[in-house]
Amino acid sequence: MSYVSLNQEEKERLFEKLGITNTGDLFKTIPERFLLERDLKIPGPYDEQTIESMLSSNPSRVVFAGGGIYRHYIPAVVDTIASRQEFYTSYTPYQPEISQGTLQVIFEYQSMMTRLMHMDVSNASMYDGATALAEACLMAIRAKKVKRILLSKSINPAYRSVVRTYLRSIDGLEVEEVPFDSITGQVDLDVLKKATMANKRSAFFIQSPNYFGIIEPMDEVASIMQDAAFWGIVVTEAISLGIMRPPGDYGPDVVVGDAQSFGNPPSAGGPLLGFFCTKREYIRSMPGRLVGLTRDKDGRQAFCLTLATREQHIRREKATSNICSNQGLCVLRAAVYLSTVGPRGLRTIAEQCASGARYLLALLGKRGIGTVFTGPVFNEFVLRIDDGSRERASQAGIVPGIRIDEYYPELTDSQLITVTEMNSERDCKWLLDIM
Amino acid sequence: MVIRHNVTRSTELLEPVVYSLSDHGKNKVNPPRPFEAIELGDVDRPLVNHDLPDLPDISEVEVVRHYTRLSRLNYAIDLGMYPLGSCTMKYNPKISEKVAAKIGNIHPGDTEAMQTILGLLSNLEAHLEEICGMDACTLWPAAGAHGELTGMMIIKKAMVERGEDRREVLIPDTAHGTNPASCTIAGFKAVKVPSGDKGYLEASTLRKLINEDVAALMITNPNTLGIFEQDIAEISELLHENGSYLYMDGANMNALMGIARPGEMGVDCMHLNLHKTFASPHGGGGPGSGPVLVKDELAPYLPMPWIVKDEEERFRLLTNAPQSIGMIHSGLGNLSVLMKTLSYISSLGGKGIREAAEVSVLIANYMKKCLKDSYYLPYDTPTLHEFVLTDKYQKERGVTTMDIAKALMDFGFHPPTVYFPLVVTGAMMIEPTETEPLDEIERFIDAMKQIDELSRKDPGAFSSIPRATPVSRVDEVWAARRLVLTWDMVESIMGEPPSK
Amino acid sequence: MKFPEDLKYTKDHEWGRPDGNRLIAGITDYAQDELGDIVYIELNDKGSSIKQGEVFGTVESVKAVSELYAPASGTIVEINEALLEAPEIINKDPYGDGWMIVIEMEDRAELNNLMDSQEYRTYVEKEAK
Repeated sequence: MSYVSLNQEEKERLFEKLGITNTGDLFKTIPERFLLERDLKIPGPYDEQTIESMLSSNPSRVVFAGGGIYRHYIPAVVDTIASRQEFYTSYTPYQPEISQGTLQVIFEYQSMMTRLMHMDVSNASMYDGATALAEACLMAIRAKKVKRILLSKSINPAYRSVVRTYLRSIDGLEVEEVPFDSITGQVDLDVLKKATMANKRSAFFIQSPNYFGIIEPMDEVASIMQDAAFWGIVVTEAISLGIMRPPGDYGPDVVVGDAQSFGNPPSAGGPLLGFFCTKREYIRSMPGRLVGLTRDKDGRQAFCLTLATREQHIRREKATSNICSNQGLCVLRAAVYLSTVGPRGLRTIAEQCASGARYLLALLGKRGIGTVFTGPVFNEFVLRIDDGSRERASQAGIVPGIRIDEYYPELTDSQLITVTEMNSERDCKWLLDIM
Repeated sequence: MVIRHNVTRSTELLEPVVYSLSDHGKNKVNPPRPFEAIELGDVDRPLVNHDLPDLPDISEVEVVRHYTRLSRLNYAIDLGMYPLGSCTMKYNPKISEKVAAKIGNIHPGDTEAMQTILGLLSNLEAHLEEICGMDACTLWPAAGAHGELTGMMIIKKAMVERGEDRREVLIPDTAHGTNPASCTIAGFKAVKVPSGDKGYLEASTLRKLINEDVAALMITNPNTLGIFEQDIAEISELLHENGSYLYMDGANMNALMGIARPGEMGVDCMHLNLHKTFASPHGGGGPGSGPVLVKDELAPYLPMPWIVKDEEERFRLLTNAPQSIGMIHSGLGNLSVLMKTLSYISSLGGKGIREAAEVSVLIANYMKKCLKDSYYLPYDTPTLHEFVLTDKYQKERGVTTMDIAKALMDFGFHPPTVYFPLVVTGAMMIEPTETEPLDEIERFIDAMKQIDELSRKDPGAFSSIPRATPVSRVDEVWAARRLVLTWDMVESIMGEPPSK
Repeated sequence: MKFPEDLKYTKDHEWGRPDGNRLIAGITDYAQDELGDIVYIELNDKGSSIKQGEVFGTVESVKAVSELYAPASGTIVEINEALLEAPEIINKDPYGDGWMIVIEMEDRAELNNLMDSQEYRTYVEKEAK
């Protein structure tokens, strides 16, 4: 159907008022040879029922996939609030007098994220965890003039790829990787120590739990980083914050990553919810929107976007980032999710994820199937799965994690298995059956 | 130094911040517990934090009321017209939302379910290529600015592959601020190009500026004055002769879809804004989607993964294209927005898409005609889907564009884009879109005329406007000086306890 | 708009008031008016050296950020700490309490590169058009 509101009569009335006879007269400034003389080759119009049946796909029965994008239970409240059209169909809150709803939601999100991370400030969100990490690298280069970016090799490979894409054209910058210990799956502390000693003007980033699901030895990392110019922690499974020490306690300059797990479905790969938290000293160098408290003309408290002078619409080529949006709806979902599950709910969900992973690990252990790494895990771990098992899984409608040997050729046949509260003991037994 | 301010009750927020509703034990949520909770032993010590996460503790009914009340403080398209120039705030069809929700539970690692999705995305690529007259497409950029950056990176990569180190990207002075910002991140130097007296870039100007260091020209067409870039053919010829690329910011594609195709005008690379032209919602600031389209010559550099079909006619994601710029997103892109776009395109079909463009231009021209006697029209070149007026007449009476914008709120409208483009002093950039009912258009025109009347009769009245909004005029200076950015800062800066 | 007679002016709208070998510097009335309400200022460290025309800090309003350019070469011997807490002073009194830095000049002759009050007034009038 068409969403044009005018009927034929109204259109003709407007033609008459403009003194034209047809729509062609409206496009006279376009050189004639560029005017398309045929209809676009696009099928339709279709009715709603047809569209619904054309545009759908069903998930597999049992899914153990994660690796940066997670399936978690979403309380009904989240969908109810997120579908309020006052949020859904509003624009960026540039006009604060008629955007207090969106502005306060962002302020509350900023408040909740900083408390979860134990950091001073959070921006209004970014596209995803990978671009948030790339922006953190750019901030380190801007604020601390670092000349080398060190990435732990167990940071999500997609994140590392995005960082390289973003940093490619910066002259004189090196991007290097710090290897992981092939037994524990944790960062190789000796190499890290040497690398940071060798070049003081480096920024180091580590993910914990890392891409293999392993919890990094953060106390040791933090002590090596004491004299570093800049370092950051990446969190891709935000649910882990329900049970683990807040990353800010280790003293990093930034904590970045993805909060899709907070009330946002995986949606076949996005939208995700990049978060960016940092210390107060970086407020003026940080990328992205910020909402601040203020007051109106009558002295009443209100919110507005602030520090816009860092942003592209004012600073243009000198802006701290080219970003011109935030993940507004995803922020809303995260804020409503965190308010709904509350402190004990988030703890319980995190415990369920950890318990589920341990339940499956125990089943595998009984079968004599060991994991690839020995380090402690939260809710993900790496297993070797042969082609035969993969084939059986696919036929049984089971997704046995995601394949990672493409990114780590040394880990032949390795599969990253993720367990969340969306799985069950029965799911785990099914997975065991195909092994 | 800590700045302390006494805050009295009468000046409190319309709705308290969620943390101030919190009290121990109010939250009674019962999350799924499919597993028996396992006691975490010594091995798992690093996992355990003795403190619970610091979140508000409130009941479900309080959550619902709190956020529902907040929603009512927002303006939205579903409440009325949103004439923001170059933002294309058109109606967001509800079927699109329903369709997008259907793919919510699919994990991208679920290869079977993704077969169908990749097939749909491949169709969407083909539709967008057809609309733009381009050869290849990536759907992954998560917003328009992300698309621009991707496009600039593609051009940078093409230069590297050609063994050239061209540094400059020319950008007309009417461009959106993201254009120069994206150029800089991609490693180029943004060079400003003046648009002429007629409100578009003249080929003669480009001829003077072009040199062997120019990698590309980044143009918005129609530009942010709503004017079609009439010299586009000559411009693209000049660029191509010079070995430079023509990049088009597709922010204003709503005026062209089904009417004329950028690919035929010589555009080498461009991005679309699906949240503008293709009716997916803005959602209070995102998520958007900014697909990039290129000619064959630039296709090898498109970001990964690529959607390809193998010999067995199965779709897969190619992750080892040797010349690609690499990945730009850790998932795929904003898939739910892509599904909304596909739903919108399917709803309209080829003819409907053209009709949308035609009506958007028809309505905008009608509005311009009705308003140009009351407000100054800086360029009289014919415009397409949007137009720019200024406060020149009203300013003589002491009334500015900002005053006019705030006054529109009292008439129940969202203001137009203001003070942009930068080349026009006191600009008001108006884009009604094709979905507005004629009654709403007439009401807006009438409101603008009444505001002009008020500026004659009682210019002093504007200082206390808006009055009909949830809060009165908001003090951005106060916010920028104090920087109260979280609930914890409310305590440290304002001397108020942040929570019970 | 004020253009005090005893000051020297730069094209970037800074002023300098010579006092022996020292130069007190700030931004002009025109500059503060163009920027609007100033919300933040950053100044180079005391004791650092600077060349004429180099950046000695940045000043920020809600709608613009502007770099500050030194009217003369030398060492920054004093900075106005009060502005860091209350940048609005610059709007209220740009030529008095809103001073920004004191430079111990290397070469007084450099002042000849700057405009006098009358020249600056003409320059501003031209720019305002």
